[in-house]
Amino acid sequence: MTTTLPQRHESDAANPKVNNFALKLANVNGTGSASANSLLMQAIFRMGIPVSGKNLFPSNIQGLPTWYEIRVNKWGFTARALDYDLMVAMNSQTYAEDIAEVASGGYLLYDSSWPLDAGLAREDVTFLGVPLAKMCLENFSSSRERVLMKNIAYAGALVALLDLDLDVIATLLTESYSRNEKLLASNQKALRLGYDYARENFECPLEFHVAPMDETAHSILIDGNTASALGCLYAGATVAGWYPITPATALMDNFTALCAKYRREPVDSVIPGGPNSYQNNYLILQAEDEIAAIGMVLGASWSGARAFTSTSGPGISLMSELLGLAYYTEIPAVIFDVQRTGPSTGMPTRTQQADILLCAYASHGDTKHILLFPANPHECFEFAVTSFDLAERYQTPVFVLSDLDIGMNDWVVPELTWDDDFVPDRGRVLDDRDLSEIVEFFRYANADEDFVTARTVPGSAEKGAYFIRGSGHDKFGKYTEAPADYQEVVDRLKKKHAAAAHSVPAPLEIRRPGSKVGIITLGSCDLAVREAIEELSALGVECDFLRVRGFPFAPRVREFVEGHEHCFVVEQNRDAQLRSLIALETEVDINRMHPVVHYGGFPLSAVQVVHAVTEKLEVPS
Amino acid sequence: MSSPTKPLIPLAVLPKNELGLTVRDYEGAMSTLCAGCGHDSVTAAITQMFFELSLPPRDIAKLSGIGCSSKTPTYFVRGAHGFNSAHGRMATIATGANAANRELTYIGISGDGDSLSIGIGHLAHLMRRNVNMVYVLENNGVYGLTKGQFSASADIGSRSKRGVPNVVAPIDPIMLGLSMGATFLARSFSGDKAQLIPLLKAAVAHQGLALIDVISPCVTFNDHEGSTKSYRFMREHEVKEIETDFVPWQQEISMPHQKDDAREVIMHDGSAVRFRSVPEGYDPHDRQKVEEYIRERHDRGEIATGLLYVNENSSDVHEMNNTPEIALAKVPFAKLCPGSSALAKLQEDFR
Repeated sequence: MTTTLPQRHESDAANPKVNNFALKLANVNGTGSASANSLLMQAIFRMGIPVSGKNLFPSNIQGLPTWYEIRVNKWGFTARALDYDLMVAMNSQTYAEDIAEVASGGYLLYDSSWPLDAGLAREDVTFLGVPLAKMCLENFSSSRERVLMKNIAYAGALVALLDLDLDVIATLLTESYSRNEKLLASNQKALRLGYDYARENFECPLEFHVAPMDETAHSILIDGNTASALGCLYAGATVAGWYPITPATALMDNFTALCAKYRREPVDSVIPGGPNSYQNNYLILQAEDEIAAIGMVLGASWSGARAFTSTSGPGISLMSELLGLAYYTEIPAVIFDVQRTGPSTGMPTRTQQADILLCAYASHGDTKHILLFPANPHECFEFAVTSFDLAERYQTPVFVLSDLDIGMNDWVVPELTWDDDFVPDRGRVLDDRDLSEIVEFFRYANADEDFVTARTVPGSAEKGAYFIRGSGHDKFGKYTEAPADYQEVVDRLKKKHAAAAHSVPAPLEIRRPGSKVGIITLGSCDLAVREAIEELSALGVECDFLRVRGFPFAPRVREFVEGHEHCFVVEQNRDAQLRSLIALETEVDINRMHPVVHYGGFPLSAVQVVHAVTEKLEVPS
Repeated sequence: MSSPTKPLIPLAVLPKNELGLTVRDYEGAMSTLCAGCGHDSVTAAITQMFFELSLPPRDIAKLSGIGCSSKTPTYFVRGAHGFNSAHGRMATIATGANAANRELTYIGISGDGDSLSIGIGHLAHLMRRNVNMVYVLENNGVYGLTKGQFSASADIGSRSKRGVPNVVAPIDPIMLGLSMGATFLARSFSGDKAQLIPLLKAAVAHQGLALIDVISPCVTFNDHEGSTKSYRFMREHEVKEIETDFVPWQQEISMPHQKDDAREVIMHDGSAVRFRSVPEGYDPHDRQKVEEYIRERHDRGEIATGLLYVNENSSDVHEMNNTPEIALAKVPFAKLCPGSSALAKLQEDFR
């Protein structure tokens, strides 16, 4: 993935608001607004303009407030915006707060079928009333359609107001409803109702609107859970154990769908099309709980398959016991933690990065794990592939720490690529021939330069058979309670973990001349922090950027902290967990790092970073 | 305590099986359990069973959880891979191992604490999934390693070593299995190798989860007067109305039916289980009848042993999922990775 920081070219647009605005759509969940909202976002993407769509949804199926935010930004700064140029207020329960969020000089589109409470009016906001319910009542007969089509009708109004390409919209609708002509016709009709109303009653387009660009030709629109699932498919994972949990469920749903498409092999000499006319080169097990899910992964990995599980924080808590078993017995395992807001049940549909310490040290006793921190779906794909290599090379659990924002929102990212010469790194596994060349096999002896010892898998020649145990063992794999023999093994495990620092994805660093300030961040904070660095530069504060992408940390992380007069660590949890982990593991003075934390459950915005940095440095902003 | 290796002194010329191996080749490390422990008798039966079946040791995988029973996989078939996992979690690890490599014969050894308390959820789902493995539950009614607490299989009124009676209802793994859709349920007694060995063989031949509940007295903590899991209690209360022989498929021709009324069940691999005797009206294929029979015997204070229930035509987890005949772990990477052109094409959907 390209790692250049988006640059601003203020001069390239006469109107600074073209392809540079944000809108927010306030809906009631379960009313079908999602398809209308993503239609708008996808249309902007197809028009070649960098865009993001963030779904701020409740942990509920029907009736509660839900919002969708679309940020259009020609420079690619598509982190969450907090000032909305346009609000589509479709939920009377939240009118007051939605109206309050519109930027001064902005617009609010509402359903004027009913009068709006005069007390809600704002002088600095233009109210655009569209009689959506009335239109749909007059034009559609079924009650279901009258509700659903209101969404497409407001989308139609937005197409006119924002100058979206009607052909693009028409194509998208045709693609979506190609198998349902009636529904297609209804959608087309509703879209036209809203579109025509806006054209007849408002000055279209608004000052802020879109204009075609050519910035997304080599990009895709994908969510992190789909991308992670693709990575698992490409990495050659064959066994998966999992338990449903928001926001990770779609990862396994996608893996299941991908396997059904790409892992089904026709089998000869049976009835074509019959139940046994194909075989599945995969086995996905929906477990009874997360304990079982990770147990299945360990059993399969012990047996030589590439296996993984996908979960969120509560699942990691349950898996902790067996994660320690995997660590101590040195069994590969890949765990996707699509983080949500904790502690406990927390807010299942809200995002956070609060499982960093939990995953780093999961399980009782002295344990340390390898962590990967993707920042977007593109890295989810890449790191998914990397995680299996690392798990097998280091014979240990590897966590991919995504989050709800990455996992469940659609992101514009560069197209995924694959090298057909890729050979998976299966690590040190002795086969029958290897075993025939040695006198005796001992599971935990003869470590290599990364402190990794060779393993065998069940079914190997008898010389390779051993008894794997979570109880105390010596380097020969035998049960022990002798201090020195026990320590010899756990000391090697510590060194093995440290050795992985050179194999995990390297930190991503961007230096700016004259910077005395450094900002460290991780994962989905990426775009907001990059944007903040641009804003800060405009305020005269030049900042260097370092995004941690793996744990154990590369030496550069410590050097970065020590190399800056002021160093900030930006992350999405209350307790500044990344900052603590850096201090604990690199032994750099924790007071050299100022925490910038954001943990309310919605994605980070650049404004919040700028505010924290300027406040600390006492820079007027 | 570590397990010393057994000295391999040939005391006599031992008989060899079809692979040319002796029973010694199916042994493991020396047991560190208490002298007289029922579990050691089960270990001996398992050793003998694998020897008699002539299974190559490398084609066997042994798993266990935590507890006295879970120590025993070290004591048999040293040439097989073994996994002494975590308390109550063996079923999950066995499921994953079996998923990755269906070519091996899996045997899991567990206890009543491991299976009926901490791991009961996993056992229930193992039965539902019908993972192809032998599951031996060495049942003694107590926690031995932590010195004598009641387990979930202790009968009401059964007394601890200190004389305290158990007051909570016991869990019977066979009754649990009947309601979970288990496909092979047997009960036996560690002191009865003649019954246990054919049951173990049938369990290996069964395509699916084969549970054998083996009452295996704890000589240290649960072999006293007042215990319902003692040697004496078992000898006095065991009811062996259901008797079975195991006939490997190779011997099918040389062993003609001895009785006309013998019911024969042909297992997945062609071997046969012959019911030499069953009580009047008993049908080992009929869940309801089996349940009634066990309940009736239990109400009389009796423990019915033998192959209590079998469904030899069930689908195991692999058959349910249409996986290949070979181990998934052996499917070459080229078949697993769709490659660059497929990736380019599938991304058209992400435009």
